[in-house]
Amino acid sequence: MLHSHPRRAWRALLLAAIAATGASAWSQATDPAVAAYRLALADKDGNPGLLIIDKGEGLFKAAAGPKKVSLEKCDFGLGPGVLKGAYAQLPRWFEDTQRVQDLESRLVTCMTTLQGRDAKQVKTLPFANETKNQSNTETEAIAAYVAAQSDGFKLAMPLKHPKEVESLKVGEALYWRQHGPMDFSCATCHAADGKRIRLQALFNGLNKEHTDNVMSSWPTYRVSHNAVRTMQHRMWDCHWQMRLPDIEYGSPATVALISYLTKQAEGAKLDLPGMRR
Amino acid sequence: MLNSMNIKLRLGAAAAAALALLAGGCATPERPAADTAALVDAYVAQSFAAGPGQDLTRLQQDQTQIDCTAARAKPSEALAEVIRARETKNIAYPEDGKLMGDWKAGRKIFDDGFGYRIGSFIPSNPNVARGGNCYACHEGEKTEAAWGNMGSTLQNYGKTRGQSEPIVKYTYEKIYNSRAYNACSQMPRLGHNKILSPRQVADLTAYLLSPDSPINK
Repeated sequence: MLHSHPRRAWRALLLAAIAATGASAWSQATDPAVAAYRLALADKDGNPGLLIIDKGEGLFKAAAGPKKVSLEKCDFGLGPGVLKGAYAQLPRWFEDTQRVQDLESRLVTCMTTLQGRDAKQVKTLPFANETKNQSNTETEAIAAYVAAQSDGFKLAMPLKHPKEVESLKVGEALYWRQHGPMDFSCATCHAADGKRIRLQALFNGLNKEHTDNVMSSWPTYRVSHNAVRTMQHRMWDCHWQMRLPDIEYGSPATVALISYLTKQAEGAKLDLPGMRR
Repeated sequence: MLNSMNIKLRLGAAAAAALALLAGGCATPERPAADTAALVDAYVAQSFAAGPGQDLTRLQQDQTQIDCTAARAKPSEALAEVIRARETKNIAYPEDGKLMGDWKAGRKIFDDGFGYRIGSFIPSNPNVARGGNCYACHEGEKTEAAWGNMGSTLQNYGKTRGQSEPIVKYTYEKIYNSRAYNACSQMPRLGHNKILSPRQVADLTAYLLSPDSPINK
C-alpha cells in the first residue's frame, strides 16, 4: 500500500525542510514542528493515521447495517468493489444516483443502499469531536481506508459529464461567495501566498504548489486533533469557522468545492495518509 | 465587471443566448456570469439543512456581499463608491456618544476570538460576550508573538496617529464597518454584523488610541 521513498533521502528532505525559513516556505513539510514530529516517527510507516486506516479496513469488510452486509461491493466509480485508484478519480458523475459525488457522499450512498442504513443518521455528526478528545468515527475510518487504496495514484477527475463540469464551475464561483456575519468567502483567506491566521500558515487555493500539496495529502492525520481528517471535515470546519450553519456532509456545495480544489491539483500524486498540524 | 453584467441583464433573452454562445468553450470563466451566481445559490440552498442550532439566514447575502462576490473583492471605483456610501449610512454609535471607551476592556476584546459559531457540532455559548479576534489578522502589542498578517500592523496605532477627533471617528467607524472605507475589505463588518456592540467597538477604539494602552508602548 505504501510506496517507499529511500529512507535516507526522506530524512535529508525533512532536514532541509526544517532548515527552510521565510514567508515563502509553505507546505506541511516546512512547518518545522510537524516536520520534526514526522522525523521522530522516522517515516510514513509511523503515521498514527495508519491505525485508523486499519480500523477502517475492518469496518469496510464487516457485515453491518440492517441488511448485515459489508461495503465490499461499493462502487466508487471504477466498478463494484474496485478500490485501487478510485479515489484519485473522484468527484465524478454516478448514473445510479444521478449526482456528482465525492468519496464520502458515495460512502453514504453505499451505506444506505447496500447496508440499508438511514441516510440522515449516517450524515449526522460523522466526525470525531476533538474538543471532547473523541476517536475517529467509523465513517471517517472507512473513508480513510478507501482513499488510502489510491496511494501513489495521480489525481485525475474524469470531467466529461456536463454535471461534472457544472460542479467544477460552481465550485470555482462558490470559492468567492461572501456570506455570513464575517463577510468571508474561501478566497478571503485562501487566495494569496504567505498569509497567516495568528501563526497558522494559510493555504492558497490559487497556487498549484499549494493545492497539489494539500489535495494529495488528505485524508490526513491531524496532530492537533489526534485524528484522521477527510476533505468533508475540512469543508465543515471552514464553514463553521466562517460562522455559517453546518454544511451538510456530502452536499452538492461541498462536492463542488472539492471538485474545484481537485481540479486545481490535477496530476498531483496521492501520498496517503498525510500528516498535518 | 458589474457594468458588463448590468448591460447583459438589460439585453433581451435572445441576445443573452447569443452572448452565451460566444462565451462557449470557456469552461471556467474568470468572471462568472449571472447564471452561474444563480447556480451557486441553488447549490447553497441544497447544502445546508434547517434544524436546532442552525441559522440559515446567515447564508443570505446582503447587497454588499453580492456586489463584492460578483467583483471578486476587486470592485471598480464606481462600484466601490456605491458600496462605501451604503455602508457609511449603516454605522451606529454608543448611546452616550463616546467613541473612546475603556482601553482595558478593549484589550481583552482584541485578544479574544470567542463566539458566534453555530451548528449542532461545536457551537459557541451565545450568552458569553464575543471577542473581536483582532490578533488573527493584525500585529498588536510587542509581547504578543501569535499575530496574523492578513491585516496591517496596529502596533503603535495611536502613537503614530494621535487622538484627534477625525482619527477617533475614523477608527471607530473602520472597526464598526470596515466597508464604509474599503468597499470589499477582508475585515468583517464587526459592528454592522453585530459581532461586537457599539460599546465594544468604542472599547477597541480606546485600546488602539489611548496613550496608556500597551499597544502604544
